[in-house]
Amino acid sequence: MSFEWPWQYNFPPFFTLQPNVDTRQKQLAAWCSLALSYCRHHKLYTLGIMEVQECPVFNHKNIDRKLSTEAILIVFEELRKKGNLEWLDKNKTQCLVMWRRPEEWGKLIYQWVSKNGMVNTVFTLYELANGDDTESEEFHGLEEWMLIRSLQALQTDGKAEVITMDDGKGVKFF
Amino acid sequence: MDRFTWSNGLLEMNETLVIQQRGVKLYDGEDKAKLDVGIALLSTHQLIWRDLKNHECCIAIPLSQIIYFEEQAAGIGKSQDPILLNFLKERLTEELSQKRWESTPMSQPIPTATNSQTGRTRAVGIVGIERKIEERRKETEKNISEVRREIRWRETRAKEMVELSRSIANKIKDKQGDITEDETIRFKSYLLSMGIANPVTRETHGSGTHYHLQLAKQLGDILLAPLEERGGMMALTEVYCLVNRARGMELLSPEDLVNACKMFESLKQPLRLRIFDSGVMVVQLQSHSEEEMISSALDNVTDKGSLTAEEFAKLLGLSVLLSKERLLLAEKMGHLCRDDSVEGLRFYPNLFNSQA
Repeated sequence: MSFEWPWQYNFPPFFTLQPNVDTRQKQLAAWCSLALSYCRHHKLYTLGIMEVQECPVFNHKNIDRKLSTEAILIVFEELRKKGNLEWLDKNKTQCLVMWRRPEEWGKLIYQWVSKNGMVNTVFTLYELANGDDTESEEFHGLEEWMLIRSLQALQTDGKAEVITMDDGKGVKFF
Repeated sequence: MDRFTWSNGLLEMNETLVIQQRGVKLYDGEDKAKLDVGIALLSTHQLIWRDLKNHECCIAIPLSQIIYFEEQAAGIGKSQDPILLNFLKERLTEELSQKRWESTPMSQPIPTATNSQTGRTRAVGIVGIERKIEERRKETEKNISEVRREIRWRETRAKEMVELSRSIANKIKDKQGDITEDETIRFKSYLLSMGIANPVTRETHGSGTHYHLQLAKQLGDILLAPLEERGGMMALTEVYCLVNRARGMELLSPEDLVNACKMFESLKQPLRLRIFDSGVMVVQLQSHSEEEMISSALDNVTDKGSLTAEEFAKLLGLSVLLSKERLLLAEKMGHLCRDDSVEGLRFYPNLFNSQA
């Protein structure tokens, strides 16, 4: 399934940071939504600023418009405020993109676990994210850092416990 | 020396002798005039020199024509009494300052028999012609003496201005501070009386608010028609050029124009000065409706898909500056949004607002 671009993507003003405050708010909201859905579609969990500038999302070659680095950083800041992004370094060159927040992932995983009657079972992280059983699930292929955060969220809710085993981490669901 | 005129040396009725000084030589600049030993008489009206050897030789200069005099060290072989000379000098200064000749003017230089002015006796023939010629001559003489009086008056003024400028120069030299208000007013009145024409200028209307008020009224009249022609709005620079071109002389300074325009509203003029966010200043008609302008701008842009300031200016026949201001205002109000790229600045309808 190919990615569907929103109407703004073909609207040249979309790539200019709007001075009018109200207009800018709407513009940024549209950018956040586009960035997240693109990452979700391509299952991108980390982004580097350098590659991002050349990424088709921010660089629309067909209409010869691209979002400036300054504007990209502003969009990312918006995402960070909403909890969808986390900087990996102080210089803001790498970031984690959470197009689904850890709590949301946790909920999905737990749903699958309880649906299949696997409560009170212990899983390794590898099994969960990359096992054959989970292949059709959305959380299949989830990167480890994200998985851990999701399970930690469940842990806070009292629905799981992260345990350390000989060859890595595992989890038990309640 | 050429101010001196031949004179009979006799004093007029209103004239009083002030002092006389014997043994006075007359010098024309550096050269000794052929008027050697004589007597100098100072009256209230004139300075007379009479040759002692030849009593017929007598010249005089009216005091009103003396703008300035100064004392010079006497040449070789002084035969003059320095004390008396000093006295003469003092009295001369005194007479010059008192100007008694002004209050009691001398009669006309060329005496005219008064009865020739009254009535015109009819005569024919040569006598009549002669009489006519004589009358015309007298007329001319009268005019000339009028002119001479005018000239004397102006010389007086010039003398006063010389005094004033000397006082100013001295003050500057002694660093005594500014010219007094009084002196400034005197100076300006001299200029005025010398015939410097004045439309609304600072001299006639003072400086500051009063001047600007008058100016604002004047501008209100001048600018109505041009504003109508230009769709109700003109940049202040356009106004400046227009107004100064019309005035020809006595041009307005930019500050005066701005200050006058600021008074439009308080004077209830049908114009007002408006300053955009960018700092651009325009004069616009009170009746000018900004909302109408903006909604029509939006129609234009929507119609064409997008517009630059230049394209918009061309479309409306406005200056690029004003058309940009209008587009910026529409953007500020959320009707338009911008596309800023290497291709330039374009304005689009604000679809962020209108579309889902």
